[in-house]
Amino acid sequence: MTGYLARRLGYYVVLLTAAVFLAYALTGTALGPRAYFEAKQPRPSAAAVDRQLTALNLNDRTPVVERFATWADGVLLHADLGRTIHDTSVNDEFGRRIWVSLRLLLVGSVLGMLLGVAAGAWSAVRQYRLSDRALTVLSFVLLSTPVFLLALLLKNGAIAAKNAAGHDVIPFTGYETPNLSGGIGAHLADWGLHLLLPTLSLALGGLATYSRYQRSTMLDVLGADYLRTAQAKGLTRGRALIKHGLRTAIIPMTTMFAYAFLGLFTGAAFTETIFGWHGMGEWFIQAVNEQDVNSVVAVNLFAAVVVLAAGFLADALHAALDPRVRTA
Amino acid sequence: MTTPLLAVRNLTVDFGDHPAVRGVDLDLRRGETLGLVGESGSGKSVTALAVLGLLPAAARIGGSVRLDGEELVGLPARQLAEIRGRRIAMVFQDPLSAFTPVYRIGDQIAEAVRVHQNVGKAAARSRAADLLDLVGIPDPARALDAFPHEFSGGMRQRAMIAMAVANDPDILLADEPTTALDVTIQAQVLDVLRTAQRETGAALVLVSHDLGVIAGSADRVAVMYAGRIVETAPVDELFTAPRHAYTLGLIGAVPRLDGRGGPLVPIPGRPPAAGELHGPGCPFAERCPLVEDRCRTAEPQLAGDGDHLAACVRADHLAATRPAPAEVYPVPVVPAAEPRPREEREGVLTVTGLTRSFPRYRGTLLRRRIGETFAVDGVDLDIRRGETLGLVGESGSGKSTTLYEILKLAAPQGGRIELLGQDTAALDRAAAHRLRARVQIVFQDPAASLDPRMPVGDVIAEPLLAQRTPAAEARRRIPELLRQVGLDPAHADRYPHEFSGGQRQRISIARALAVRPDLLVLDEPVSALDVSVQAGVLNLLQQLKAELGLAYLFVSHDLSVVRHLADRVSVMYLGRTVETGTVERVFAAPRHPYTRALLAAVPLPDPAAERARPRLLLAGDPPSPAERHLGCPFRSRCPVHTALAPEQRTRCATELPPATPAAPGVDHTAACHFPDGA
Amino acid sequence: MKVRDQGEHNQGRGELREPDGTRRRDRETGPWPASDGDPAQPTDQRAPAGRLRLAAARLAASRGALLGLIVLVLLFLLAFLGPYLTPWHYATPDYTALRQPPSVQHWFGTNGLGQDVFAQTVRGLQKSLVIGLLVAVLSTGLASLVGACAGYFGGWTDRLLTFLVDLMLIFPAFLVIAVISPRLRGSGWIAFVLLLAVFNWMITARVIRSMTISLREREFVVAARFMGVGPFRIIWRHILPNVSSFLIIDATITVGGAVMSEAALSYFGFGVRPPDVSLGTLLAAGAGDAPVFPWLFYFAAGLLVLFVLAVNLVGDGLRDALDPTATAGRRRPRKTVTTSRRSTR
Repeated sequence: MTGYLARRLGYYVVLLTAAVFLAYALTGTALGPRAYFEAKQPRPSAAAVDRQLTALNLNDRTPVVERFATWADGVLLHADLGRTIHDTSVNDEFGRRIWVSLRLLLVGSVLGMLLGVAAGAWSAVRQYRLSDRALTVLSFVLLSTPVFLLALLLKNGAIAAKNAAGHDVIPFTGYETPNLSGGIGAHLADWGLHLLLPTLSLALGGLATYSRYQRSTMLDVLGADYLRTAQAKGLTRGRALIKHGLRTAIIPMTTMFAYAFLGLFTGAAFTETIFGWHGMGEWFIQAVNEQDVNSVVAVNLFAAVVVLAAGFLADALHAALDPRVRTA
Repeated sequence: MTTPLLAVRNLTVDFGDHPAVRGVDLDLRRGETLGLVGESGSGKSVTALAVLGLLPAAARIGGSVRLDGEELVGLPARQLAEIRGRRIAMVFQDPLSAFTPVYRIGDQIAEAVRVHQNVGKAAARSRAADLLDLVGIPDPARALDAFPHEFSGGMRQRAMIAMAVANDPDILLADEPTTALDVTIQAQVLDVLRTAQRETGAALVLVSHDLGVIAGSADRVAVMYAGRIVETAPVDELFTAPRHAYTLGLIGAVPRLDGRGGPLVPIPGRPPAAGELHGPGCPFAERCPLVEDRCRTAEPQLAGDGDHLAACVRADHLAATRPAPAEVYPVPVVPAAEPRPREEREGVLTVTGLTRSFPRYRGTLLRRRIGETFAVDGVDLDIRRGETLGLVGESGSGKSTTLYEILKLAAPQGGRIELLGQDTAALDRAAAHRLRARVQIVFQDPAASLDPRMPVGDVIAEPLLAQRTPAAEARRRIPELLRQVGLDPAHADRYPHEFSGGQRQRISIARALAVRPDLLVLDEPVSALDVSVQAGVLNLLQQLKAELGLAYLFVSHDLSVVRHLADRVSVMYLGRTVETGTVERVFAAPRHPYTRALLAAVPLPDPAAERARPRLLLAGDPPSPAERHLGCPFRSRCPVHTALAPEQRTRCATELPPATPAAPGVDHTAACHFPDGA
Repeated sequence: MKVRDQGEHNQGRGELREPDGTRRRDRETGPWPASDGDPAQPTDQRAPAGRLRLAAARLAASRGALLGLIVLVLLFLLAFLGPYLTPWHYATPDYTALRQPPSVQHWFGTNGLGQDVFAQTVRGLQKSLVIGLLVAVLSTGLASLVGACAGYFGGWTDRLLTFLVDLMLIFPAFLVIAVISPRLRGSGWIAFVLLLAVFNWMITARVIRSMTISLREREFVVAARFMGVGPFRIIWRHILPNVSSFLIIDATITVGGAVMSEAALSYFGFGVRPPDVSLGTLLAAGAGDAPVFPWLFYFAAGLLVLFVLAVNLVGDGLRDALDPTATAGRRRPRKTVTTSRRSTR
């Protein structure tokens, strides 16, 4: 098992290296920091722009491979992600924002997965009954609503509730109330309340996706021979379903987990922007508009690491759940 | 007569509007073995599952199943669960899918123990180890921790039996327990079943499509057709004096290992699918050579004296006259084969010393080699025009790899392949492409070998088009080819799924014949077919061979079929040819101990003969082809080797036995140091 | 030699047991009749065209799919006939009506510039539908090409293509499109369609690859190889027809996914840009005012959800009708996986 995981990890490192290079090359050529400086008032001289660009390692007259080498040197030797276009440290900004995003990503993905798996399995066992149909309709509607729209709808709902009540019912901007007094308990409650809407807009989509998928793998398992064997041994249907059925039906969900994380990151970027969270996603959109190459690359790096970590976690879960892949 | 342990009365099962079982009566007495035999769709497995209430929710069960007088049909789920596994246990057909893949074998057996017995984890585990020991699994303590996929098929089926007998059940239901297994493993598993039955004193219901398996194991037999029992009798009586025309036909359709050549008895038509609708009369009437008008008006009921019942209006006639199958069923005349003696015929395929190994890798992107699998490790074949060579071996013996190496028409990894006088190593692309027309293949599974998205006319034309035959001419040949294999030319625009299995196999044969090949490679062409249908395809093959002067390379694991069809036979073990010779010589006087074991493992569809012959069980599974074996590869399982003196054994352990002829000039070689035993 | 599938996305492709349990077949081959035999007459008298009719009948039998189909047809009619129903042009302002709620004059109201929201919405719907369809066709084509080649040829071709797929899967497509799209500002929405398609095919390609790997070892493909049929001809004549069901289903669902992606990217200013109008640009323009002027936002939002929902329902029904592994209402329980297409929403 460790051999299998080590091989997967090795593959991911190769993938990550290639991906980061491509991301750097793409961003370095597609964005135009020169134009950003040239548009400044008063307009600086060409030499000044050049100097500034070179200092930030953004000069498009330097070959992109060379710029990448400088950047990679910084990352590998000094753990330094470079400078933003405003000549501040990318590391600092990164450090500030990463926890904001991770909080949202972790809570959103775990909540979506747990709820989805439970709902899907339950739905499969109660196939064609009213509860199954209701859940099916709900998940289809959720699957047909883009995350940004869901987030907007939730936010509009919160605004409507505020207008109706005359005060904030559920907070819909930021991740904490500024200058909140009170103890740790009050802070935690405040955090939780701020997390509610953004997490919901991420988790509901996950709930829908996971529940559809889990329902179908569970239905597959319902017809499996080993479930019949378990009953032939003398297990009741219910016990056989939980002990032999669900345990096996959960295995394909690990792959699903890796794929779902791809979408989750994008969804989080939208959610952050809409709910005014100063996370990686919001930073990214801002950075693209400011032609801030190093910040964009930093977010790309973060995304790649998060996605690969999710992939690796999925591999590890898969290997832990399914003895057949351990020897592969 | 004692009261039956299990009494099934008028059992019916239907799935929606498809009746699968239509009124079955069965009695099972304590300790006896009842064979339930039938072709696919006859309802035999559904009957077995219905007894335990294990059918899917869509199934409706009617009638009565009484265990020691207690009614099981309609019993609440919890009480039924109490009986399952404790009083009645089941052994399923495919043990790989029947075990939960994610739990260890030991845990699954221990679970069966703990469901019904109030014992601790450790006690259940040690009981599981005892059970694995009982079914002959070596090193049971370690085997407990294995996962199902780590076991071989035979081991899994043993473990399945161990799990079934965990609670000393009164009844064991075995549903096709050996269908997916090789003959030698099948013999082992049947033996284990007998042991298990002896240890627990349970009654056994053995469900099978194989008359040979039934003949060797059952005390009484019930024959099922179209959801009903059509004949039931003690085993000897059933085989010697069948009273239903269907039973008679089945017996005649099975090729026999001890039988002589000549055409088999095909039953016309095909068995009805489960739940297929038919008229009011006897469901077999359409295929029956003895059919009368009254057969079509009412379905005959089981009737007869004592233990021998048959549902046939001609039962008395059959009982009185005792005809041979061929006297009742029309048997096609097979024209005589190539008259020239073998030496005068030109060679079609000559293979010498063929080897093929596959590297084994680990990893996805950065792969590294961790070893080699020696799939083919020294194969010699020789086929002349107009003759059939049977290539025999168990799964994993390298038969399929041998075929693929030949059909690649490229230089082999090792050895030499000469096809129609051309060395395949010396072929250029154009020559290889031309040669493709002269050797064609027919696969095992007719459902998989025809593209489901192509009309059969296109399927048959494909090899012609690949040989750049003009499309118009290819189309013209389609009707002729369909007629040649006994199909209606008007059906050329239908899709493969509209045909039955036997018909699809005929389409495969027509496709292979399209380019007028010299050599037909037949890869298990009848093993996916029902017995009654198989006979018709075998007869067709013999007829085509005689008419077209074809040569066949006939690959099969079924020695009876090879005995029936082939002129010469070649036996493979672990990638090597171990014995070759004419069918008469090899089957009458096998020289390699492996061949002897193979022949002994094939069950005869004749209870008396089956009882009379000595048992020769091979121990264990074939070793892994991933290791190169010094000396004789068979010695780990060889009964001769165990009987040898120590100094003789060294020879087996160090020296690879070469193929040596039985006598100079005789067409019969064996690769064994001690062909005459110890 | 059996090729081991990595197990990814190869959902439950197993074998189906006949009720009798004696013959086993791969489920992909289709719902074969459970019989074997040798009559002169075929077991099943359905004409070849019957396959299509059967699929149509099964599609019609699903209430959800039928509903979805009706909604889809209505939305297409609305998108392409809608502009002729209203006297207003989507770009022409009506200075007499600024931010007016829906009325007889302006069915969906007007925006801050006095433009008719109904005219804008149907125009945006039209653009979104066209984008969705084009993206689906392009990305499914690309996916089948790459997937079939990787699966069929194996070896280094496979390893390289799989690496490419994995590489492209690492980055959320949104990030890449957002970086590239400012460069394509001048080339209009067609460039945007290409971009969406280029970053939308990877998961489908993986599925096609693993399906091809199992098809490659199937006997009818092996038989064709031994007959001397060339590899591309085999892919065209044997592989692609046998994955066509999946391709149709996947393309359907991709239409919905692409429309959602378009909306999301346009909302953030990385997709369709004014003066072009799509559902995404309308949502972007209306979102801020939604609490006060709901008609600027909710008509477009509702149509977007309705369209994607209808597409998903039809896709789900098609899966039941075409995919032999999903035998609705028959022996196997119904199977409904909705392939996730959340990558760029």
